[in-house]
Amino acid sequence: MTILEVHNLTSFYGDFQALYGIDFQLGEGETVAVIGSNGAGKSTFLRTLAGLLPAAAADNIMLSGVAIGKTPAHRIIGMGLALVPEGRKLFPSLSVEENLMIGAYAGRSGPWNLMRIYELFPVLKQRRNNPATALSGGQQQMVAIGRALMSNPKVLLCDELSLGLAPVVIRDIYEALPGIKAEGISVIVVEQDIGQAMKVADRLYCFQEGRVSLEGKPSDLSRDQISLAYFGV
Amino acid sequence: MKKNTPDVQGGPASYIGVAVWVMLLVIAASMPWWAERANLRLLAEFFYMLALAQMWNLLAGYGGMLSVGQQAYIGLGGYALVLLGLRAGINPFLVVPLAGLVAGVAALPIGFVVFRLRGAYFAVGTWVVAEVCRLLLANTTSLGGGSGLSVIQAVRDIPSWWREAFTLWMAVGLGGGATLFVYLLLRSRHGLALTAVRDSEQAAESLGISIGRIKWSVYVASAIGCGMTGALIFITKLRVSPEAAFSVDWTVAMFFIVVIGGIGTIEGPIIGAVIYFLLREVLNGFGSWYLIVMGAVAVGFMLWSPKGVWGLLVKKFDLHLFPVQRRLRLNIKKHLGSQ
Amino acid sequence: MTQWINILIQGALLGGLYALLATGLSLSFGIMRMINIAHGDLAILAAYLALAIAEPFGVNPFLTLLVVVPVMAVVGYVFQRTILNRTLGSDILPPLLVTFGVSIIIQNLLLEIFSADTRSLKIGTLSTDSINLIGGIAVGTFPLMVMMTAIGVLGALQCLFSFTKLGRAFRAASDDSETAQLMGINNKHIYGLAMAIAMAVTAIAGIYLAISTNINPAEGSARLIYAFEAVIIGGLGSIWGTLAGGLILGIAQSIGLQFDPGWGILAGHFAFLAVLMLKPNGLFPITRDR
Repeated sequence: MTILEVHNLTSFYGDFQALYGIDFQLGEGETVAVIGSNGAGKSTFLRTLAGLLPAAAADNIMLSGVAIGKTPAHRIIGMGLALVPEGRKLFPSLSVEENLMIGAYAGRSGPWNLMRIYELFPVLKQRRNNPATALSGGQQQMVAIGRALMSNPKVLLCDELSLGLAPVVIRDIYEALPGIKAEGISVIVVEQDIGQAMKVADRLYCFQEGRVSLEGKPSDLSRDQISLAYFGV
Repeated sequence: MKKNTPDVQGGPASYIGVAVWVMLLVIAASMPWWAERANLRLLAEFFYMLALAQMWNLLAGYGGMLSVGQQAYIGLGGYALVLLGLRAGINPFLVVPLAGLVAGVAALPIGFVVFRLRGAYFAVGTWVVAEVCRLLLANTTSLGGGSGLSVIQAVRDIPSWWREAFTLWMAVGLGGGATLFVYLLLRSRHGLALTAVRDSEQAAESLGISIGRIKWSVYVASAIGCGMTGALIFITKLRVSPEAAFSVDWTVAMFFIVVIGGIGTIEGPIIGAVIYFLLREVLNGFGSWYLIVMGAVAVGFMLWSPKGVWGLLVKKFDLHLFPVQRRLRLNIKKHLGSQ
Repeated sequence: MTQWINILIQGALLGGLYALLATGLSLSFGIMRMINIAHGDLAILAAYLALAIAEPFGVNPFLTLLVVVPVMAVVGYVFQRTILNRTLGSDILPPLLVTFGVSIIIQNLLLEIFSADTRSLKIGTLSTDSINLIGGIAVGTFPLMVMMTAIGVLGALQCLFSFTKLGRAFRAASDDSETAQLMGINNKHIYGLAMAIAMAVTAIAGIYLAISTNINPAEGSARLIYAFEAVIIGGLGSIWGTLAGGLILGIAQSIGLQFDPGWGILAGHFAFLAVLMLKPNGLFPITRDR
């Protein structure tokens, strides 16, 4: 069952075109990775899905059969699509616990609540009343993920979880993924770390200059294929 | 240093525009010989309001600094007239440039204080300074205190015809001069720097443009312009009181003229001044309604057509009477030929 | 000595009024990063609404609060959503210019409708009553009421921000409006609510102002300046800082008044300029500048 269907998606930053007709599918319960070099359009893709940027037409993006291309971001989260933004973007004026609580603002019901987030990331419980930005990079990433989970999404978008983090921390973060997926969430992971992406993904897309340059299962793709798709040389 | 900034190109509209403008100025200057007194006064008012508007526009539209306190310098100009014209007996028309100097000097400590603020806080900060000036002078009995002083004595020795004529000529000079000053400034490399600062301070700074120096220069220039105009204004009003000199109504008028006409353009204040005076004449006798209407019009423009009337005209006809845009024209042949 | 204590108390209580006046300004800056130049005039508008109800019907001014506060809250919400939301963005000029224009419209409309005569809301002897404490120290009853209201309102706002879902949403939207959308927060609506609350508080301040002094349509500008000064002295975006700012301003004005009637307001301005020179972000700043 396809939960997210993207068809011929284009996106603009003002006059600058960032995405040129992307076709993309996410199946229920799947983990799909999107890789590509800087400026390839990966973050723009996730931001457009989340509603921060409008698509050219509403039916360019279908979530569980509903066209959301022109729906504003604050309503998309209510429909079950949550974004863990690039750079974490925690709220500095809020404590760790308050950041998690604001994730539930949209009021969707589901298995995720504060207690379960603390079970998933125990270190956060000790720091619950600290200002969110006082935590280490890895812990902040946990808060960001937890915050998105608090909205009980059907689809979770993760933008560059590994950004600025040490390898051992990255590993810890990704080890939480199976626990998240156990609830049946479908995940899109945008990553610069190709190795990590290939480890967790059921399928993989490669973006290059705003277009899909490669698609397939990690096991089916060779290093050369990926190199070509990634760099275009 | 070799000049390597792109040259400003004008089109046929701009040559006609400048020619028409110069012609209008000449006609205006000739008016003392054939026009009625009331019209002379009105025209003088038009030109000195235009001067004020261009100064405010320089600060807000080009410098990105909204000041609600330029009346401080207008008032200081008025009081310079009192001190130098009335008390020291200098010819009032000579006081006008001197008043500019006074205002420029005053702008230094004032700027030092207000530049510690940004944005909206800068705006209200400038207002506070103007209020402080007003209150200080209202408490200075030797300069007339709260009810102010009459400066008729300063102009009494000058024959009436010459007084009217000089007033008009100075007004035309200030109004036309302010326009010319802004125009020349923007065509120079300082103007390019100013536009860069307005568009993005960070980017401009990384290119080596000294933000502080630019903002200071613009602020002081605007102060000087307002100071000179202030002195002239009170030559026509014949009485200087703190209430009139430092009234925020001056800023209100400058705001209307610039916003309705087209902020950040040179032609804007000219059109804005025409509209301002027209509206005032049409709504004469309806009390404060002309202010309400102008306020509504200004707000309307800000919301739906922020570039003002001139902006609408530019969009429709792609006119540039005072060209300051730099269009890059690559000389393709030259490039190909050098390979 | 007693005289000086009385002056300090008087100034402090005046500060309560300034704090109330400044709170709305502080709120709209704290949440929307916007200074509403029409702020003072909106306070005066509320006062005239109260006058319009109180005078012809002989209603007790305090009862007008029940009508004027909700009305101004609605006015604030509509104003924000229809006009001010359009001006928000990275450029600082549009909100300033628009609110400046609105300020002019309000002042002159009030002038046309109510004329330039000064008016005030009458509360009988309450306005001059005072409570006599020991040692000849007297505290004006009404000024004390104003201060209590100010502390109460600020306390309520603090609770709103710290303990409620809406308060968290306000703080989040103020930190990062884009990411706030990702949480499901509708910024346009939230800003409207923030302005509604700001206007409700401003309405109270305006009515209290009309009770304590005479007002006329042009009062708005002066009041805006005091509100602004209180906010700056106290520190941008800080709720209790606004109270501190109001207190300092009130006391400075009160002391200045003692030396010379003309110097009362000037002393306030000098206090403001002094703080500006030494600590441009105020005494207790919280907000980061975007």
